[in-house]
Amino acid sequence: MTLRTIPREVILGLVIIALCGVIAARFPNFVRPSNLLSVATDTAPLIMLALGQFAVIVTRCIDLSVAANLALTGMICALLNVAMPGFPMGLMLPLALVVGAGLGAINGVLVWKVGIPPIVVTLGTMTVFRGIIFLLSGGSWVNAHEMSASFTQFPRIPVLGIELLAWIAVIAVLGVYLLVTRTALGRAFYAVGGNPHAAVYTGIDVGRTQFLAFVLSGALAGMTGYLWVARYAVAYVEIANGFELDVVAACVIGGVAIAGGAGSVGGVVLGALFLGVIKNALPVVNISPFWQLAISGTAIIIAVALNARSNRPKGRIILKKAEHSHEPV
Amino acid sequence: MTQTDQSRGAALRVLELDGIVKTFPGVKALDGVNLSLRAGEVTALVGENGAGKSTIVKILTGIYQPDGGEILLDGASIRFPDADAAARAGVTAIHQETVLFEELTVAENIFIGHAPRGRFGMIDWAAMRKRATEILRSIGAEIDAEVKLADLGIASRHLVAIARALSVDARVVIMDEPTAALSHKEIEELFALVDMLKSQGKAILFISHKFDEIFRLADRYTVFRDGQFVGEGKIGDVTHDDLVKMMVGRAVDQVFPKRSPVIGAPVLTVAGYSHPTEFEDINFTLRSGEILGFYGLVGAGRSEFMQSLIGITKPSKGVVRIDDRVRVIRSPAAAIDEGIVYVPEDRGKQGAITQLPIFQNVTLPSLGKTSRHGFTRMAEEFALARTYCERLDLRAASLDTTVGSLSGGNQQKVVIAKWLATQPRVIILDEPTKGIDIGSKAAVHDFMAELAGAGLAVIMVSSEIPEILGMSDRVIVMREGRIVAELEGDEMSPEVLVRHAAGIEEQLEAAQ
Repeated sequence: MTLRTIPREVILGLVIIALCGVIAARFPNFVRPSNLLSVATDTAPLIMLALGQFAVIVTRCIDLSVAANLALTGMICALLNVAMPGFPMGLMLPLALVVGAGLGAINGVLVWKVGIPPIVVTLGTMTVFRGIIFLLSGGSWVNAHEMSASFTQFPRIPVLGIELLAWIAVIAVLGVYLLVTRTALGRAFYAVGGNPHAAVYTGIDVGRTQFLAFVLSGALAGMTGYLWVARYAVAYVEIANGFELDVVAACVIGGVAIAGGAGSVGGVVLGALFLGVIKNALPVVNISPFWQLAISGTAIIIAVALNARSNRPKGRIILKKAEHSHEPV
Repeated sequence: MTQTDQSRGAALRVLELDGIVKTFPGVKALDGVNLSLRAGEVTALVGENGAGKSTIVKILTGIYQPDGGEILLDGASIRFPDADAAARAGVTAIHQETVLFEELTVAENIFIGHAPRGRFGMIDWAAMRKRATEILRSIGAEIDAEVKLADLGIASRHLVAIARALSVDARVVIMDEPTAALSHKEIEELFALVDMLKSQGKAILFISHKFDEIFRLADRYTVFRDGQFVGEGKIGDVTHDDLVKMMVGRAVDQVFPKRSPVIGAPVLTVAGYSHPTEFEDINFTLRSGEILGFYGLVGAGRSEFMQSLIGITKPSKGVVRIDDRVRVIRSPAAAIDEGIVYVPEDRGKQGAITQLPIFQNVTLPSLGKTSRHGFTRMAEEFALARTYCERLDLRAASLDTTVGSLSGGNQQKVVIAKWLATQPRVIILDEPTKGIDIGSKAAVHDFMAELAGAGLAVIMVSSEIPEILGMSDRVIVMREGRIVAELEGDEMSPEVLVRHAAGIEEQLEAAQ
């Protein structure tokens, strides 16, 4: 078995275990179950956003507005809580989901119906969403004391000893897994990203499929927005600033092909956990968090280089074939 | 023989190809062809689609390397290892679709790759503009050297391409279907230009399917057929019919399956189908059990019509009846629901999703059948995929294998299995055997016969005459977006097809 034939998820899993082992060699406390659980819980928002981003990237698009969507939806939830402290918490999560999906639908429509490249659309909406937060909040913070206790406590409710936030992430992982592996829409994601021309002939509406990927990404970002604001008990304009890069990074490290058409839920989760471990380990080993940027950047480049290597022989065959297909015979 | 004819016959042979062989895996594209181009003469290269014309152009311009034979420049053997070498030797090509840069100016396009240099090796823009303007003026083109190419029409772009050819002091100018996209007036202007290039002593290779142009412009002809050299001579010594015979006359070495078609009720009727730019007034009826061939030259609008039929583009007018009920097909999904499927020509690009496994490719348009409560069921997907892959004798280690790792022939089987799994009533095969070897061709032909035998209505779009004649029960010939002939039985002969497709028949009618 060569390196190339081992599933990427296995390699990534081993890398994460090795990383934990290295850290544990000097700081055994890091690998205590309770600490690992808290690392995983901290990483839950990244996992949820990466799941949505994964669907979008698989369809050959990209969603740079996820972090801004998270912040805007989070702010809307916070303001609603301030204005109506009695708003039932059971409805807050579905509401955030719908608001986020709506914001994602804006991206989707601009890509589908107006035909603007996704990177431009989401770069634009990223800024617009942040601007709207400013308009809504007047630039001021919504602080913990303004929020109701039930609002801020919701993500921390323990279920079987694990925070609800983590459970929601688990449900999201399972849901997206089912969606992409077991439904016609999930298959369409891969088909559209793998070969949009062929997808059209197969009766798949490419634009609509990409639209739905954006809606999914938006819904997950919105839902995470509420959980984020509640967990950290603060909402302001710059929440999760730059987080979209971590999200894209988690996908790329997890083996999602940036050119679309390939990737797995397992890879994405592991990609996010890899970044989560680094983020949580650096303070422990007493390295400046700024190193985290350099390390995750390096990890991205290594991951892409590995992707390129594993795809190369295939690429050659495709090139040869393309050459033939132009051949008059 | 007059004096001038003799001196012409002895005209300087600038570039000669001697016994050129070019092989692609499974296909011999050129099998020992000869071609000689003489100074001050236009040589027309004539041949059906697939005769090897484009391959020869690519060899002449250094894009392909021949596997055998010799290229002689002024009688001395030469090699063109890359496009630059060919350009330096003075060989330049004006392609079907001109390969120019939209966002650069006319002057930049003319001089790209060999811009005049000033001090410190920087581009001498003033000199470049001046020379570009001179060249454009010399060919009578009133084009501003400063405008972007994107702002020019196709005819003007051709002029820029010609100016580019002149800027490198080309001795051999290859024109590959240069009139395909031009209006009548623009064609006349192009002809005047060709005459001018001739008078400057350039050797011109003119490739066209249009006989009127060939007889109007060419001094000599060379005919290729199936990658082989058939003949050459002076254009004055041959008639239209002679050329057609040379193009199509062949030893029948392909065996087509014997069928005894059982033709049933009409399945699909198309009436007055039109598109603003691609095709007009298409009418025909397709019956079950029938193979209906669509013949025409490349660009006759056949594929465009088929794509409209399955809802990829919208027709401006026209009605489709399926089983005598009017149906509006707005999307490929609707076409699949109506039982009409289209296997596109460019299967690499439009066929399989190479990253997905075989079974997922096969079930892609049929997921409704293999799902329950909105969730796909892998066991049923495998069962469906296995049924059709076995029918096509698809050999793969497992249906879980990604399609990208299969051979080209097997990928094609996956695509066909995908369409059969939808249980269609009408299957449209666009150039079903293009680019595959003889053995696979026979398998595809057998399979088509089997489909028709099972009562499917089959439409086969093909540019290969033997295939059209060998497989079709009826042939529709399209030319410039219109149906120009519908042929059956004894009317179906190679000569008749070519005459209709090239427009010779219409010229005769107009003349009478």
